Amino acid sequence: MTQFAPPMPDLDRSLPSREGDRVIQFREALREAMSEEMRRDPRIFLMGEEVAEYNGAYKVSQGMLEEFGPKRIIDSPISENGFAGLAVGAAMYGLKPIIEFMSWSFSLVAADQLLNNVPKMLYMSGGQWGCGAVFRGNDGAGGQLGSTHSWCVEGLYANVPGVKIAIPSCPYDAKGLLKTAIREKDPVFFLESERMLGDKAHVPSEEYYIPFGKAALMREGDACTLVSFGRPVNFCIEAADELRGEGIEVDVLDMRTIRPLDIDSILASVGKTGRIVVVDQCWPFASVASEVVTQVCERGFDLLDHQPVRVNSDDVPAPYAKNLEAEFLPNKTKIIAAVKKTLG
Amino acid sequence: MPVKNVYEARIEHLQILDEEARLDEKLAKWPDGRPVLTDAEVLELYQYMVRCRAVDDLAFKLQRSGRMGTYPQNRGQEAAAVGAGFAAKRGVDYLVPCYRENAALWMHGLPMHYVLLHWMGDERGNQIPDGVCQTPLCIPIGTQMLHATGIAWAFKMRKEARVAITFFGDGATSEGDFHEAMNFASAFQVPCVFFCQNNQWAISVPRESQTASETIAQKAVAYGMPTTQVDGNDLFAVVRASTDAIERARAGGGPSFIEAVTYRLADHTTADDARRYRDAKEVEAWQKRDPLIRLRSYLQARKLWDDAKQAALDDEAKAAATEVVRTAEGIEAPSTDEMFDYTFAAPLPAELELQKRTLQTHSLGQDPAQAGLSAQQA
Repeated sequence: MTQFAPPMPDLDRSLPSREGDRVIQFREALREAMSEEMRRDPRIFLMGEEVAEYNGAYKVSQGMLEEFGPKRIIDSPISENGFAGLAVGAAMYGLKPIIEFMSWSFSLVAADQLLNNVPKMLYMSGGQWGCGAVFRGNDGAGGQLGSTHSWCVEGLYANVPGVKIAIPSCPYDAKGLLKTAIREKDPVFFLESERMLGDKAHVPSEEYYIPFGKAALMREGDACTLVSFGRPVNFCIEAADELRGEGIEVDVLDMRTIRPLDIDSILASVGKTGRIVVVDQCWPFASVASEVVTQVCERGFDLLDHQPVRVNSDDVPAPYAKNLEAEFLPNKTKIIAAVKKTLG
Repeated sequence: MPVKNVYEARIEHLQILDEEARLDEKLAKWPDGRPVLTDAEVLELYQYMVRCRAVDDLAFKLQRSGRMGTYPQNRGQEAAAVGAGFAAKRGVDYLVPCYRENAALWMHGLPMHYVLLHWMGDERGNQIPDGVCQTPLCIPIGTQMLHATGIAWAFKMRKEARVAITFFGDGATSEGDFHEAMNFASAFQVPCVFFCQNNQWAISVPRESQTASETIAQKAVAYGMPTTQVDGNDLFAVVRASTDAIERARAGGGPSFIEAVTYRLADHTTADDARRYRDAKEVEAWQKRDPLIRLRSYLQARKLWDDAKQAALDDEAKAAATEVVRTAEGIEAPSTDEMFDYTFAAPLPAELELQKRTLQTHSLGQDPAQAGLSAQQA
């Protein structure tokens, strides 16, 4: 079988600076990552609902139909399980599918393909058939979309062995992580956020690949370790900046990928601070935050000076009302309170 | 304003070798006069069918004596599998199976013991050898049809003159995957053939309770796909319809659907006892339509076969089945490493490396440094 494995670039190479004046949107960074990779290899294609003629429901793929044509930028029928399963077959026969879910909330109808086929194909064929596809789209509360459209799937999906899960928090990481995702031989779930697609920051024009399983230290301090991934990293940074005004300096670790999880960086930081707060948009029960706390307790119990604290969304369906949704999600205020609790 | 008829459909049923083993000489030839099957081909395919039956018989006994896990017999459906397998080009077209078409897989080069190895509970039975164009057995119902569509999509993208042919049962046509695969295949016009082995029973649910459609074949009409029903116990009909469908797909004509009407003469699997829900008279009636009996009668009538040849083939098939079992049982159990090594593509992620060492050192949790079990044992 013709497995398509694009060479993974040297991930030990130093990354370009985050500082600069090439300011573009998160969505443009995603598009840049896909386009750069697609120009190099004709076997990569993008498929999803509204990705072609409409330029993407969220304009991530704007202009890509024009550049790459309808054979590589493909509007699919409204059939998430269909295109997830099609991606499995296409990947088995040597193509590199990038599948866009308009929302990861809609991926639930494709659960059998995504969880029961994609991650197990390699294992069940005795190492012979991988499914190196990238599945990407919006995850988490998008802003009053109601409970069925506001899923944070990472808590649920991270439980399944065989997939890698990347959750960028900023445009710089969006480009570097998505390029790595496309080069991965394993399936990657790439979780974006509708609330961040318009975020602007410097993104280097050069090509760069951010390794999976390597957290980024976004703020530095020795009072407490703040661990997060995806959109709440930004709330952690806000919280850290405000705490700095009060003389409290904290480490903020952006995990960037939760599968694999850079537990070593977390333990190193906790070794310095003795305290940890994990901020996670998922529901608390059996969440990624729970996993981080468990691993810290298993492997670094003696490092702790205070019990770990989790800041999750509340354990209820995502509310529709604006005020309730704001209350439900992790935010700066909750994070500051959690840090202060650990400082007791 | 008169009511207009905007669509009309017709479902044809193709039979070439009837229950009395009479051949329709006209349909048994292609329009250019070539036979659908030469005598030599019929003889070869008949032997595959008999060998498949012999493996079934032995596998059943093995399961009953505790030497094998659950096993789904192919009994009664051999003509459907062999006919479709024959129509597909070996080494070119891809078979995307479920689990009741063993003979087709073997015809395309899968070593026979792989199937038994799989049912004995060893993933390596699904480690398809290089050059053999098929995907692993697929035990969930219907999921493989979407994979076939994706593989066919890849053929089209890569401009390769290959066809994917996927197998499934009547029960699978109730799954969402079936409809999504059919819709995609047709909307994208990919070279895929959907081959339904309608064996009348989805475990204990009869075909009539599975769907209110009069035929399974008509479901494809809704997807704008050429479709036909064939006598699935008639090797000639299966070969003709499958060849038509496969070559149409290869020529760029898009997907097709085939409903092969057959019957599951055995239980669903060895974990089932069909006597509890099937009428013995129904089974008896279908036993008379056994594709092996029909083909043997045909061969004998043509003086190509006799009792002595049959006895020799039976002996040879039994010996082959015994050898297959011996080979499968002779393979050592997989090592602990394999459990970890195939979860991700190499290199193994650090967290799995840690767990692998944890298991090897009999330690607790996810950390070999804890060495809990070893410490207790010491």
